[in-house]
Amino acid sequence: MSAEHHHEHDLPFWRKYVFSVDHKVIGVQYTVTGLLFLFFGFCLMMIMRWQLAYPLEAIPVIGTWLSQSMVDADGVLIGDGYNALGAMHGTIMVFLGVVPLAVGGFGNFVLPLQVGAPDMAFPKLNMASYWVYLVGGIVMLIGFFVPGGAANSGWTSYTPLANIATTGQTVWLFGMVLLITSSLLGSVNFIVTTVQLRAKGLSFFRLPFFVWAQFVTSFLLLLAFPPLEAAGVLQLMDRLADTSFFMPTGLVVSGELQESIYSGGGSPLLWQHLFWFLAHPEVYVLILPAMGILGEVIACNTRKPLWGYKSLVYSAIFLGFMSFIVWAHHMFMTGMGTTLSTFFQATTMIISVPSVIILTCFIISLWNASIRYNTPMLFALAFLPMFAIGGLTGLPLGLTASDIHLHDTYYVIGHFHYVVAPGTIFALFAGVYHWFPKVTGRKMSEFMGKLHFWPSFVFINAVFMPMFFVGMAGVLRRQFDQTEQLQGAVVHGLTIMSSWGAWGLGLAQIPFIINFFWSIRKGEKVGDNPWEATTLEWAAPSPPPHGNFETVPVVHCGPYEYSVPEKKTDYCPQNVVMEA
Amino acid sequence: MSDVAIPHDMEPHPLTGMYNGKFGIWLFLASEVMLFGALFSTYVLLRVGAPEGTWPMYGQEITTGNQILNVSLAFVNTLVLITSSVTMVLSWAALKMNNFAKGRMFLFITFALAGVFLVIKFFEYKGKFTHHQVVLKEPLGVDGEKVITSKTDKGERKIAVVNGHAENFGTWEEDGYLLIHSDPTESHDHSHELKIEADKIKRATRWGPNASTFLATYFTLTGLHGIHVIGGMVVILYFVLTGASDWKKRPEKYINRIECTGLYWHFVDLVWIFLFPVLYLL
Repeated sequence: MSAEHHHEHDLPFWRKYVFSVDHKVIGVQYTVTGLLFLFFGFCLMMIMRWQLAYPLEAIPVIGTWLSQSMVDADGVLIGDGYNALGAMHGTIMVFLGVVPLAVGGFGNFVLPLQVGAPDMAFPKLNMASYWVYLVGGIVMLIGFFVPGGAANSGWTSYTPLANIATTGQTVWLFGMVLLITSSLLGSVNFIVTTVQLRAKGLSFFRLPFFVWAQFVTSFLLLLAFPPLEAAGVLQLMDRLADTSFFMPTGLVVSGELQESIYSGGGSPLLWQHLFWFLAHPEVYVLILPAMGILGEVIACNTRKPLWGYKSLVYSAIFLGFMSFIVWAHHMFMTGMGTTLSTFFQATTMIISVPSVIILTCFIISLWNASIRYNTPMLFALAFLPMFAIGGLTGLPLGLTASDIHLHDTYYVIGHFHYVVAPGTIFALFAGVYHWFPKVTGRKMSEFMGKLHFWPSFVFINAVFMPMFFVGMAGVLRRQFDQTEQLQGAVVHGLTIMSSWGAWGLGLAQIPFIINFFWSIRKGEKVGDNPWEATTLEWAAPSPPPHGNFETVPVVHCGPYEYSVPEKKTDYCPQNVVMEA
Repeated sequence: MSDVAIPHDMEPHPLTGMYNGKFGIWLFLASEVMLFGALFSTYVLLRVGAPEGTWPMYGQEITTGNQILNVSLAFVNTLVLITSSVTMVLSWAALKMNNFAKGRMFLFITFALAGVFLVIKFFEYKGKFTHHQVVLKEPLGVDGEKVITSKTDKGERKIAVVNGHAENFGTWEEDGYLLIHSDPTESHDHSHELKIEADKIKRATRWGPNASTFLATYFTLTGLHGIHVIGGMVVILYFVLTGASDWKKRPEKYINRIECTGLYWHFVDLVWIFLFPVLYLL
């Protein structure tokens, strides 16, 4: 290995840090890009919140800077601009922010280390996957500069609305095709690495839960994304070659029959089937890696083995499997028929079981533990109730009867944001604080971390909790001006509260940004294993060199051997033979 | 290159019995199955849901693709692709027998056969794009037009269509009329020259993707398959050209690469074997 270390220093800067094939550099590239996109997507939402709280008032400060496709001359947001912000907020947060961060970032950096591999199975493919992702992201952003502005048919791009939308939608589709290609390359790499590159002694049931979560996620990405790619191609054909895959016979747009352009005979519902066939597994792509991170952080900071490790693993696998047959619970209101609805209602109820098992295992893991309340653990602990709220509020949406009232209201927005924002994103923050010492050799500041956590925790609830009440009052989502609706005017105070919560949440991220950059340079220097953790990544030097391990690790025990009685230390690393 | 030695890059993993590349290509093919699976499902759903008299084209009573597609060309193409799959295997087998020259020759033949496939496909496409379809607002009662009565939930409606070669396809809207040599129909066995007033026309298109949902499906599926063929050709040509030096340095690695390329190529072949009956025969 040492010969390779020397070799590494010979590489020119651009091969070492830009077009690198090293999984750790690629992981960091993914993480930084993902965080930037998250921040950008968050900014779009803060503009939307102004229009919601103070409809048709000029946006302060930045109003007049925005392009003419977004605002009028006075800096008041226009309807099309609002729609573009909504569509792009969803797209960016899901496809450019959370997934690249959770899978591309954490998966790339941590997974090969945790399985004891020198790198990913296909390092060049890994590099290609990052660059295709970046180009896809840039293509998405180009949408803002084309005539008519960015895609404005919602992140779901429902047809036939999206078929007749402005050029931005075409750009969106090209961007999506690139992003799908990127995640395809990534998922092949993850699966092969997990199966083929495990260190000696690291059997499947000695894999850390994080690896299991990434492994299942990769299968979802591999098998669920291609149908959306197919759907994207079909919609591109509809838009560019005037085909009618999603154009029904006799469609009227703005009072004009479309029969002279389109042959008709297509099915708008087909798009929804293809889209949700991806987008429901996508929900688990968002949540599983977060649960994986949680497993690592909780086991380490409770100094106890995870309770029910095997139940966790089987639940994750079952979750992955079931996620392929629940998609149409997003479509109860489309008139697809009660028989189908009943089937998907049943599978939806079934899929909540493994989620509950996973959450229960994590909660029981806390029982009787001497918990270390450091920043990663605080985020992980906050995840538990927040995800529980998100999950429980999902049940009424999965039941056809109650969905009739709640469908397409702010209740839905509140529900899935509780899962993804204080759920997944909190877990991602936990991961950043937890693995920062491995990446840089320095810890992030605990004080700043707590300054980040507590305000975030308070504000994020101020944003999303009111949405449940607004939604139950009947206020529809995707409305440019909700006070035009009677109920919208009645509960407007809650909407204003949400908005102020969002801006407060924005401010609460400042300590994180400062902490992140400050700690790279000035953070407290730590050794290879500052958290006294057991999994293999902590056996490598911090930061790990090219090729990762100084000696090829051999695994002797399971992933979470904490507080084993009659041992010298309260943790037994996987690569160390346990001494009594 | 700053290569770290990756385990199982060459030697099979005991659990899977495959080296990394082979495992990877199988996973990739799994995702391809999902891609084409979604498109085939689209075909099924659209065909089942097609309004009466619109599948495969407007004014058709019988609903199979062979009425408008060229089955014999596609049949030849099927043979060409199957042969190319055989030569692909022969190439790998020759390399395994340590015969590089023969292996490369078969690889090149595979490439050439893929080229033949695309050339035939080009003529098939061209035949469609130079043909026209005119959907009329209501039947004119002239020879050369096809009329079908279709039942909808709003009652009966008549779909009247003229297919053929339009003289002034590009300019008919300005001319005020469309001049078309109609195809023979079931009731009229020879072509007619028809002059149709512009205000009688609902829409006039090439037999391109926008003519009907069937043609849209046909062009999308075969087009996507064609892109896969082109992708395969690029890879095969690359291994033909760089083979000599690769073979000298790491023959084992080269053989593995050809094996993976072969797996992909058989898949492309297999997709066509599904496409042929589904689009042309059923």
